Amino acid sequence: MIAHAIVFYIFSLIAIVSAIMVTVSKNTVNSVFFLILDFISISCLFIMIGAEFLGMIMLIVYVGAVAVLFLFVVMMLNVAQQKNEWFNSSGRSSHIPVGLLVSIIIFFELIIVIGGWKYKPDLLDSIAIEINTDLTNTQSLGSVIYTDYIHLFQLSGMILLVAMIGAIILTFRQRSGVKRQSYFKQISRDRKDGIELVDVENNKGVKIDA
Amino acid sequence: MLSIGLGHYLTLAAIIFTIGIVGIFLNRKNIIVILMSIELILLAVNINLVSFSIFINDLSGQVFTLFILTVAAAEAAIGLAIIVVYYRNSGTIRVEEIDRLKG
Repeated sequence: MIAHAIVFYIFSLIAIVSAIMVTVSKNTVNSVFFLILDFISISCLFIMIGAEFLGMIMLIVYVGAVAVLFLFVVMMLNVAQQKNEWFNSSGRSSHIPVGLLVSIIIFFELIIVIGGWKYKPDLLDSIAIEINTDLTNTQSLGSVIYTDYIHLFQLSGMILLVAMIGAIILTFRQRSGVKRQSYFKQISRDRKDGIELVDVENNKGVKIDA
Repeated sequence: MLSIGLGHYLTLAAIIFTIGIVGIFLNRKNIIVILMSIELILLAVNINLVSFSIFINDLSGQVFTLFILTVAAAEAAIGLAIIVVYYRNSGTIRVEEIDRLKG
């Protein structure tokens, strides 16, 4: 129990500190690195409380895809050198106290809700899918996703497809002045357009493009 | 203090959620950091769902976390594509200079 508590506090401390560093870091590349650290420590927490599949998927999806995408865009847009100045924004910084106030109020509202909250007594009878401790986490998730939640699963695949096509269409650009292969022109070429047979007389050249 | 319960995880999620909101409110320079703050908020939501799912012994929370992961990945891809297009058109992604809507 004590080891559980120590590990929880260590990982949550790392997660909170790196989340703060994501927002206050001067350099955007450092922000992305702290975001990766945050995801890794949260996935360690997930693995610790028994959601191993989600912890691993979190590593693959967030660290492997999303954070690398962020890093790629930061490098490509050349904003790495652009300083992320926080409090000394140019003039008119009236948004800072208001933003801090709203954030603190949201935080205390959440804490009040968590502190005064108790299980509804009949909640435990209304469990949708009970966790079977004989199966592994991955196995039980798989047996649910492909049967009860198959429509949602396919819809999420559809969302990913739409996102992929949207991202490609948004960033696709036709440059002018680039010579490209035109398949239609190549295939629909006729012999008459390409070849001309000329009788060459003696001692006279052939006038091309006459 | 030493026995870690549901409240500890919910408090951790609340702290990360608030940090994400602070990042959105106070960041005025770089819109990519705002997207990262949105990722932090979604992460806090995931922590809530997973910890509820474990502590009340119901698997459906983890299923929905999986779908939130999907939506978060799609949102990050589309958002970054929009940022790339905006940078190509206007040459800046500073939040202070993105004021075409005059909001």
